[in-house]
Amino acid sequence: MAEMTYLQAISDGLRTEMRRDDRVFVIGEDVGVYGGAFKVTLGFQEEFGPWRVIDAPLAETAIMGGATGAAIMGMRPVAEMQFADFVSCAWDHLVTVAAKQHWRVGIPVPIVLRLPSGGGFSGGPFHSQNPESSFAHIPGLKCVCPATPEDAKGLLISAIEDPNPVLFFEHKHLYRRIKTEVPEERYTTPIGKARTHREGRDISVITWGAMVYTAEEAAQQLENDGVSVEIIDLRTIMPWDKAAVLESARKTSKVLVLHEDTHTGGFGAEIAATIAEEAFEDLDGPVRRVTAPDTPVPFSPPLEKAYIPQVEDVVKGLRELAEY
Amino acid sequence: MATETAIDVVMPQMGVSVSEGTVTRWLKQEGEHVEADEPLLEISTDKIDTEVPSPATGTVTQILVQEGETVDVGTKLAQIGGAGIGGAADGAPAPVAETPPPAPAAQQEAPSQQAPQPVQQPAQEPEPASNGGSGHTFISPVVARIAAEHNVDPSQVSGSGRGGRVTKKDILDFIEQGGQAAAQPQQPQQPQQPQQPQQPQQPQPEAAVPAAPAAPAPAPPQAAPAPPKPPAAAPVTPDEALAGETVEPISAMRRGIAEHMRRSLDTSAHVTSAIEVDMARVVAAREQLKKEYQAAYGVNPTYLAFVARATVQTLANHPYVNGELRGDSIITRNFVNLGIAVELADGKGLIVPVLKNAETMNLLGLAKGIADIAKRARDKQLIPDDVQGGTITITNPGGYGTFHGTPVISQPQAAILGTYAVVKRPWVVQDSLGKDVIAIRPLMNVTLTYDHRLVDGAYASRFLKELRERLEAWEGDGG
Repeated sequence: MAEMTYLQAISDGLRTEMRRDDRVFVIGEDVGVYGGAFKVTLGFQEEFGPWRVIDAPLAETAIMGGATGAAIMGMRPVAEMQFADFVSCAWDHLVTVAAKQHWRVGIPVPIVLRLPSGGGFSGGPFHSQNPESSFAHIPGLKCVCPATPEDAKGLLISAIEDPNPVLFFEHKHLYRRIKTEVPEERYTTPIGKARTHREGRDISVITWGAMVYTAEEAAQQLENDGVSVEIIDLRTIMPWDKAAVLESARKTSKVLVLHEDTHTGGFGAEIAATIAEEAFEDLDGPVRRVTAPDTPVPFSPPLEKAYIPQVEDVVKGLRELAEY
Repeated sequence: MATETAIDVVMPQMGVSVSEGTVTRWLKQEGEHVEADEPLLEISTDKIDTEVPSPATGTVTQILVQEGETVDVGTKLAQIGGAGIGGAADGAPAPVAETPPPAPAAQQEAPSQQAPQPVQQPAQEPEPASNGGSGHTFISPVVARIAAEHNVDPSQVSGSGRGGRVTKKDILDFIEQGGQAAAQPQQPQQPQQPQQPQQPQQPQPEAAVPAAPAAPAPAPPQAAPAPPKPPAAAPVTPDEALAGETVEPISAMRRGIAEHMRRSLDTSAHVTSAIEVDMARVVAAREQLKKEYQAAYGVNPTYLAFVARATVQTLANHPYVNGELRGDSIITRNFVNLGIAVELADGKGLIVPVLKNAETMNLLGLAKGIADIAKRARDKQLIPDDVQGGTITITNPGGYGTFHGTPVISQPQAAILGTYAVVKRPWVVQDSLGKDVIAIRPLMNVTLTYDHRLVDGAYASRFLKELRERLEAWEGDGG
């Protein structure tokens, strides 16, 4: 085991796969000489050379199209969008081609698309979004949203192994903030399997990404009230671990779904609907959502704080459920 | 609002501190049509009596709380529209209490007998649960399922959730504490076994309970529970009255008064000081203003209005009389919320509506305000805000000629002022030469009953002295 930040764990997982499998290569803006906007691929070009760590032009469509073609030809591209927000430029290549190719002609497209996402640092509307629900809605794409360094490494390796296009949402706010023990050897974390971040009896929080830590702080406050909160870290939202969510919902009978993405049509809506459909007779209260409001992400620090769900927002939601 | 949808009528929250209310009269009966906002029933709480408007237009399909019954705030009182009598009113998928036993005769009796019982439970349960088990609040899906699986009537369970709702924990605790055995005294050991023979007779289609198709039918003893037990503080039944005695039930208002009066005497150190006021100038001013006020404003400038005006002015110099002992702190104010004690007809109670910011009112404003709240109090038209937030109270029992009294302070205030009959008495005054002479003067006794914990005797006396000076020096409309 070694102590690694969330960012180091992603680098470590990527390096592990590139050393193990010659088909794996990296493509993105500034990923080579500069080492990536966030330095995830720092030193990669020195180790693997410019043909496996490719500096792409400022054109997300080119990155996505190139990665798709390479994947069809048998490579394992790991493409990086400098910010997850920019993936909208590559929407057509990703959604129309990569996601549907296997269904349409039987040829798999094993791409990993690394998407630095999330806010909390005044990045404003173009550099702070959490667009995972848009892609979870597209059949043929998988969406991974790790919260811990260990899961970031294990899920990245699983994503590279996976024969489908996998969107790997890495939360920027966790990059250097979260540092834990991570196994140095190669391991995989299964896609579609949730992790119980904290066991509890009274209320379940279903969340992922940076919100796991917000939920954790809120749960500690509720513990002082004598309310025991369970936190399920989904880790991947497509496919998502329905069984784990339903099991927790049946146990506590009260569920709060928490995400940093906006409210309407956010992935929390899918979770709430599924709980209502499949665990209705186990509910002792309405399923609550705590999310960002339906607006773009603001620049202003106080506005952004009001926008992104904070510990006190979660505490309020949990208290209301506890009192229900 | 469509009559197809069932709309619940619940006991409204009439003021922050009110937790229960009594249904005094239904203005519509089951089967009658009611318009939205049309008065549907009258309720009585310890603060006010009022009408409850209908929340929707439709037919009154179900009345669940009968006249005279007292229930918690939030309790469902009636249903407008929807399935109607005998429907699963609280949304529970076939809660056991409402599942009729197989016998058709019992089925017919069930709605009329069972409907009122759950709401009687809170008053009659001897347990000190803060939120009595109210069978007519929302039953969540999980509570309904557990109830069906364990053959428990959720209305027997004390609810700790919002509005007295029975939570999953409540019903699980209830079952764990032997609630099931209590509900089924005849089968305490193995509740499942005796029920097996019942199942073939169960007329309910299984689809009614989708997730618990094997839910056993309720055993007859539970479906027809024992008659309600007498409550802990049992009222006297007519049988228990002695010869010549008449029994009437205590009203919510009377219970509230009883509690408040006792608590006030237990809280404040009551002391009463009295002063005699020569009201000659007030009487003269009143004679002068009476016609004008009545013609121009339709209001009678009563002695009470004069005293109220002088009191509000005097309080500015004696803040503790208008203050409060709150916890370990003394509260004083730059405003006066003047409570006026109003008697309701026939000794049916006393209510203290409050004139907010009385310091902003002149004599005319006070006269109008007092007339308004007194009328609304007698007509049961007060709203909860009208009776809250008083900082001092005036009570005026002088209308019947009494010349002295020791009223009880309205908590958490510091004082209550009493005004008594204006009586012509021989009074020593000075003539124009400065010699003492006996004159006939209209005298009024004024008392100040104060909380000696906060207000000292000399302080109270100085207040009364200044009040007298203001009244004895009255000019015109008092400014």
